Amino acid sequence: MQLARVVGTVVATRKDPQLDGGKLLLLQPLTPEGTSTGRPLVAVDSVGSGVGEYVFFVRGREASYPFLPARVPTDAAVVGIVDSWSLASGAVGPP
Amino acid sequence: MRVGEIVGTVVSTQKHSTLKGAKLLLVQPVDTAGLAAGTSLLAVDSVGAGIGERVLVVIEGRAAGDALGRKTAPVDAAIVGIVDRLDVNEGPVQ
Repeated sequence: MQLARVVGTVVATRKDPQLDGGKLLLLQPLTPEGTSTGRPLVAVDSVGSGVGEYVFFVRGREASYPFLPARVPTDAAVVGIVDSWSLASGAVGPP
Repeated sequence: MRVGEIVGTVVSTQKHSTLKGAKLLLVQPVDTAGLAAGTSLLAVDSVGAGIGERVLVVIEGRAAGDALGRKTAPVDAAIVGIVDRLDVNEGPVQ
């Protein structure tokens, strides 16, 4: 998994039927220090998160598990909303 | 598996139901010299690791779900061991 910030939403009317009703979020992955790392990606929400929130997401086949028994064709899913995090250095997030 | 160092902990109240009670740790993978190597990641803990400890982490969904004991948990990384010692007898193959 990885920390991320929800930076947008995606609207797609025509999509795989198994994706119907799913909320598509645009995520910016973050380092533990809270800075952006890597390219933004689209993930399906499973916890009711929204723009501006800090979340964590899972990649790969397991990204479809929150939606079982539906077989949602996604490779990324938001599986938690982050309240806070703390680092070995004593720093705390979100920044 | 990779060797990594626990660099942080994450608190999340609202998470997928299959992750209830799971401890979430930020892990920085390290090389054989103990230096940071690659992007950090968030893993579920199955062994009781803590900040600053060197650990073994699986970065693969099926193994991570097995470590958590929940086959359909949406996880892709899990800490499966605490490293007591790492003996490196040879440098990288040239």
